Formats: sequence, C-alpha cells, structure tokens
Amino acid sequence: MYKKFAISLISIFLLSSNAFSASDGELKLSENEQPKKIKDCFEKLNKITFSFNQGLDKALIKPIAKGYKKLPDPLQKGTSNAVKNLSTLVTIPNNVLQGDIKLAAINTGRLVVNSTIGLLGIIDVANKMGFPKYVKEDYGQTLGAWGVGPGCYIVLPVLGPSTVRDTVGSFANVMGGDPWYNASAHGNNEFLSESVYMTSKALSGIEFRANNIESLDNLEKNSVDFYASVKSLYLQDRENKIENQNRGNIEVIYKNEEDWEELDSQ
Amino acid sequence: MKKILLILLILIINSNNVYSIEPDVFVQSTVNRASQILSKNITKEEKINELKSIAKETVDIRGVGFYSLGVARKNLNDNQKIQYSKLFEDYFLKSFSSRLAEYTNPEIEVKDKKVLNKNYTIVNSLLIATTERPEVKIDWRVYTKDPENPLIRDLIIEGLSLARTQKEEFSSILNSNDGDINALFKTLEEFSQN
Repeated sequence: MYKKFAISLISIFLLSSNAFSASDGELKLSENEQPKKIKDCFEKLNKITFSFNQGLDKALIKPIAKGYKKLPDPLQKGTSNAVKNLSTLVTIPNNVLQGDIKLAAINTGRLVVNSTIGLLGIIDVANKMGFPKYVKEDYGQTLGAWGVGPGCYIVLPVLGPSTVRDTVGSFANVMGGDPWYNASAHGNNEFLSESVYMTSKALSGIEFRANNIESLDNLEKNSVDFYASVKSLYLQDRENKIENQNRGNIEVIYKNEEDWEELDSQ
Repeated sequence: MKKILLILLILIINSNNVYSIEPDVFVQSTVNRASQILSKNITKEEKINELKSIAKETVDIRGVGFYSLGVARKNLNDNQKIQYSKLFEDYFLKSFSSRLAEYTNPEIEVKDKKVLNKNYTIVNSLLIATTERPEVKIDWRVYTKDPENPLIRDLIIEGLSLARTQKEEFSSILNSNDGDINALFKTLEEFSQN
C-alpha cells in the first residue's frame, strides 16, 4: 500500500512540475502553432520501453491474441461483454465526478441489468433493451475534464502509451477508485482475489490486442516512425475522449484548421 | 438591354456551376472506384497500381506533403522542395495503396457533409461493418479551392487524422536528426524502395 501511495505521489509531483514548466513563453507560441503539443520529456527511456513492449508483444501478447481470435465467436463476445461490464464500475464514479449524473444513472441501470439478467455481464442485455451506446470513462479523463494538463508523454512497461495524468488516473483505480479492485483485493471473500482482478485486466488487454491485430500490423508496416505514429494516435484519441467528442465530430477536425489555412496562404 | 444583360449574367453563373463537383459526390465516386478495384479478381500488385492512379487523380499529394512537413517546409530551398515533392509522392502512393489493398470489397457510404470554409468541406462517411470488423467512421477533408477539381487532403478515421499522424512522424524523424532534412529524405527514399 505504501509503495502505491509513494508512486502516486511521485506521479503527482511529475505532473505538477510539468504544469509549471509549461507555463512559459513557449506555451503561447505552441498554442498558436501546434495546439496542445505534449512534451516527450522521457523520450530516450520511452523508446527503450517501447522496444521492450514490442518484443513482449511479438513473443507473448500477439500470439495469445491470435489464439483468442480463434475461439468461438460467442465465447469472444461473452468475454468482451463481461470485461466491458466490469469497466462500468469505473465509468459510473467518473460520470459523477464529471457532473454527468444522468449518464451515471443510465450506466448504473446498465450495470444492474447486465450483471443480473445478463449473467454477470456475459450478455449485453442493456444494449438489446435500447440503452444508449456505452462510452467508457476513466480517472485520467476526469482529471482532463477538470482542466489538469496531460503532463509528459510516457510509455509504460507492458501497458504501453500514456501520459503522466493518465498514469495518475490509473493509480486511482487501485487506490480505492475501482469497486471491482476493492472487492477482489480487499473483499474478504473466497471467490475473489487480487489475481482475479489481474486476470480480468489481462483479458481486457488481450481482447483489445486481438481486435487490433490487422490494424496495428498495417500501421507498423506503413510507418516511417512507428513510435511517433503510436504516440500521435494515442494522444489524438485521448484528446477526443477527454473532450467527449464524438469521433468524426466537426470540433475534432477544427483543431487542426490553422495549420491547413497556413498551408494555403503560402 | 437590361434583359440581355440579365440573360448573359445567368449564363455566366450557370457556366461556372456546370463543372463544379459536390465534395460528397466526389468522395462517393472515388470510393466506388476504389471499391471496384479492390473487388476485382486481379493480383495485389495490379490492385496497388490501379489504386495509385486513383490517388494521383483525387488526392492533393503535394499539399499533404507540405502539411506533413510542418514548420520545416519554411526552411526548404526550391531544389529541396522539388526533391521533397518527388520523394513524398513515392512514399505516399506506396503507403496509401498498400494500406488500402489489405481491404477486400470495402463498402463505404457517404452520409453527410459540412462546409468548413471556402477551401474545405468535410465529408462524413461510414465503412460498413462486416463479420470481421465493426463499422468505421471515416471523414474526408476535401480541398475545394478549385470547385471544379476537388482534392482529398486528409482522412480522419474514428477521429484520428492520418495527416496529423504523418506530420508527427516526420517531426519525430527531424527532431531525432537535429532537424536535418536529408535524414527525412533518406527515410522516405528507403521506405519507397523497400
């Protein structure tokens, strides 16, 4: 517990120091030219970690993901639904923290329906009943919605791309913010343990990797700098999620307008 | 006299409109052409070659290239600009067509369009879901400065801009090589030759 607390403190320190370091003249310039450019303060270390993750992916994660893809469709669908259902336990408090009480109530309804009628979330009954499309929220997004800057870009071992803010957000899960973790690790019952929680997280990761085998292969094959591609796509995706922009929303596209206009004026 | 002037004016306005192509129609016809090629019973190599010729007609490759270069474009001399345009075109056509060639018979439906300003219209489309993958939202940034000849400048897939990603890749290469443009030229050349 002390370790987790210490890591969180260090992360918060890194986040706040970055916020201060960003408040110089350079920020004004970058606001004009490249909105929300996120610094890669630990680039050398990040690239080493990225290479390590790529090695791990090739040796272990991708083969497992390929095996997962061969499972019967209903089994894959059930697993996907179950891990998604568990994620609502984190989404609901974040809906509340972002002031979206109505959505929190809808997601609570979804959780109750899917966990009971949907057999512990294996069947997405709520979707069939016409609940609105589920959108995940996490503590990193909440911090972003509260105006906390992303801090530096970091690549975490095994977990992959993140920012200091998003990493701090992830720690909130194991600091009491994820009821599923609390029940697994501290629930004092014979069915759940920390390893059950870790297994559910691993399954979630495998499921994500399995759904992106072709697109990531394609991206790697056609990138001149794969590290930069992954970083760019991760940061764009987080920006969209924090601003709760629907993908393809016009505001997302408008972000890059100045650059395009400048190109035309030359 | 007034009537003649009015008729002349109407004729001029009409003649200007005859050749203008609506961006959504342009995108739909482009994706239909690409889709036809992808569903043809020809080799992958042949598909790539045909896709390249569509891309040359419909994408503003030069514009995308200079956008991808970011602020570094301001420091190029005329010779470097020519060299870069050539290298970028080869890189772009290879990258773009080999990405597309992975799909078999993609069905894309144009849904809507939004005019950003006189130079740009965003066309919203949907790559229809199959049993293999979910539906994918694709938005097209169409450059409409010349309404008779609209050109694609960016693809925004599920909110992720390909041009922005490419720009950040190039920026990373330049940063890792102290801003040396020749390092980027070399990378593009190697990519195209492999």
